Amino acid sequence: MRPPRVLLAKPGLDGHDRGIKVVAMALRDAGAEVIYLGLRVTPEQIIRAAVDEDADLIGISSLSGAHLPIAEQILAAMGRAGCDAPLVIGGTIPARDAAALRSLGVAGVFPVGTPLPRVVEGVLRVAGAQAVA
Amino acid sequence: MAAADDDRPVSTDSGIPVAPVYTAADVAGGPEGLAERLGLPGQPPFTRGPYPSMYRGQTWTMRQFAGYGSAEETNARFHFLLGQGQTALSVAFDLPTQLGYDSGHEMARAEVGRVGVAIDTAGDMTDLFGGLALDKVSVNFTINATAPIILATYLVAAERQGVTPGQLTGTLQNDILKEFLARKAYVFPPGPSMRLAADVVEYAADLLPRFNPISITGYHAREAGCDAIQELGLTMASAIAYCEELTGRGLEFDRFAPRLSFHFATTLDLFEEIAKLRAARRIWYRIATQRFKAADPASARLRFFSGNSGTTLTAQQPLNNVIRSTIQCLGAVLGGAQSIHVMGYDEAFAIPSEEAVTLSLRTQQIIALETGVTRTADPLAGSFFVESLTDEIEARAEAVLGEIEDAGGAVRALERGIPQRWITDAAYQAERDIAAGRRAKVGVNVHVTQEPVGDMALFQLDPGVAERQVARTRRRVAARDEAVCAAAVQRLRRDTGEGRNVMPALVEAARAGATVGEMSDVFRAAFGEFREPSPW
Repeated sequence: MRPPRVLLAKPGLDGHDRGIKVVAMALRDAGAEVIYLGLRVTPEQIIRAAVDEDADLIGISSLSGAHLPIAEQILAAMGRAGCDAPLVIGGTIPARDAAALRSLGVAGVFPVGTPLPRVVEGVLRVAGAQAVA
Repeated sequence: MAAADDDRPVSTDSGIPVAPVYTAADVAGGPEGLAERLGLPGQPPFTRGPYPSMYRGQTWTMRQFAGYGSAEETNARFHFLLGQGQTALSVAFDLPTQLGYDSGHEMARAEVGRVGVAIDTAGDMTDLFGGLALDKVSVNFTINATAPIILATYLVAAERQGVTPGQLTGTLQNDILKEFLARKAYVFPPGPSMRLAADVVEYAADLLPRFNPISITGYHAREAGCDAIQELGLTMASAIAYCEELTGRGLEFDRFAPRLSFHFATTLDLFEEIAKLRAARRIWYRIATQRFKAADPASARLRFFSGNSGTTLTAQQPLNNVIRSTIQCLGAVLGGAQSIHVMGYDEAFAIPSEEAVTLSLRTQQIIALETGVTRTADPLAGSFFVESLTDEIEARAEAVLGEIEDAGGAVRALERGIPQRWITDAAYQAERDIAAGRRAKVGVNVHVTQEPVGDMALFQLDPGVAERQVARTRRRVAARDEAVCAAAVQRLRRDTGEGRNVMPALVEAARAGATVGEMSDVFRAAFGEFREPSPW
């Protein structure tokens, strides 16, 4: 079985990339293949890369408070493009918004304060299920 | 959480070994050597502080970073903070303003007013300071890629109050190098970005004698992961790069150096942080006098703003953050800061609520008014431990600076990704240390409770802000004299292309009603946009 392939990106304008880079390194050390697209990528760029790279999961990070509209934009664009990779999100996400994100269709929410091993485990579980499916 | 039989060496957060006890033998050169390295407060090499009387003469400036929504919401927050005894202002801008997009731009829509105030025009800037006399209040601007544009709108706002540039006090962050390094709100490539930053400093040297046109910062590299020693070394490398850019234009060092300001983090390793801040002044003194041959003592006298560290705060048990912030604020004071921001206890989740920011201000006020720490300058001078640590950090930061110089200086090292790798590796290591329990974090890996995380009243943005802001800008654009504005933007295009200082043309364009987005587009067309190379 090939290792899970995880696509990470920072949509929106937020530049806080400490967290997503740490998660990228931890996922890599846990055996995942990680593709990191960097900052200020559009939903279309994310989806194109997810399709091209045959990603098992898309992970985004937002620390500017824009997580809800950004997740909506990406999910809508994924729907239009027929991209069915699960979307997970991490960042400064208040508890009240985590439930809202899940009901939008986000497969995993990792708010600030989630221990790194739990992020890795959660991402790999969702990505692994996708890789097998 | 280290057990008594733990045989790992005891060291500071940045890895300097710490002995069980310090004596006079740990202070190099004996009392005379020390006296030479210290001087007196306000005297070379300024180790003990930039001013002779320090906080007896003037308490540090209490400057809580604030901004959200549009100009009117932020103006209300400014009035509130000043009413609570804050002594100066510090503007947080939203990401579209920081990156040169108007609020109606498709890249901007989701981010308008979220992490700061949305400013599209000089009209917004005028509203931001409604009822606030700009010849009286000192204002800090956390703005970098678009710093020249925002300064231009500010000069127009002051002009509309009848205030001249010479009367303005405050600080423009305008440190683009640390954006590439850590903060990541860059737009244009490094070369043209350095030119824009230097244009501002050069312009200010002539017209803004009381204003700090740049705040050279290690804070963001520290927040992104590096240690205190690297923070100090990187800050000095940046300072050298700006000074070389300016002296390379033929500007005399003493013309601009007295108005350079600095910005450091103050985190939780109390003594290491105090030592770092003292060492910073001594290193800058040496750079200014030896490398740049400063003749004016003010050119060699480092003044700094301290922000305490957001990354030390936790989502778990958030009230603990009040304690963390208090200790960090005390560290900044004992390190001799000129102005201070204290983080809100809720900033792991959102920008601070009014309650949280008030408590941050009260933290500063209690330290200033109730603890007696303002009574004497540099109270820790002569402590065997603090002096030994100051010397050690100075030596190690000089070594970091040497590595950057060997790599070709700050700009070249950045382009090669060298300090970025230090930062990323250190951030990963810190996270693994917390996960493995090697670094104690109360509420996270020790003294953990099961209470729900993030279950408190947080700042919430009015969802109508973006729409109102877009409509306001549309009205202002419709009301301006289009021919005058177009001519001003054309002049900006010409001056940019011909390598002139962009500030006069920016002021004219801002006055004519050009938007932040339109002015940024002139630079985008001339310089292109930077894309960070992959970190791996």
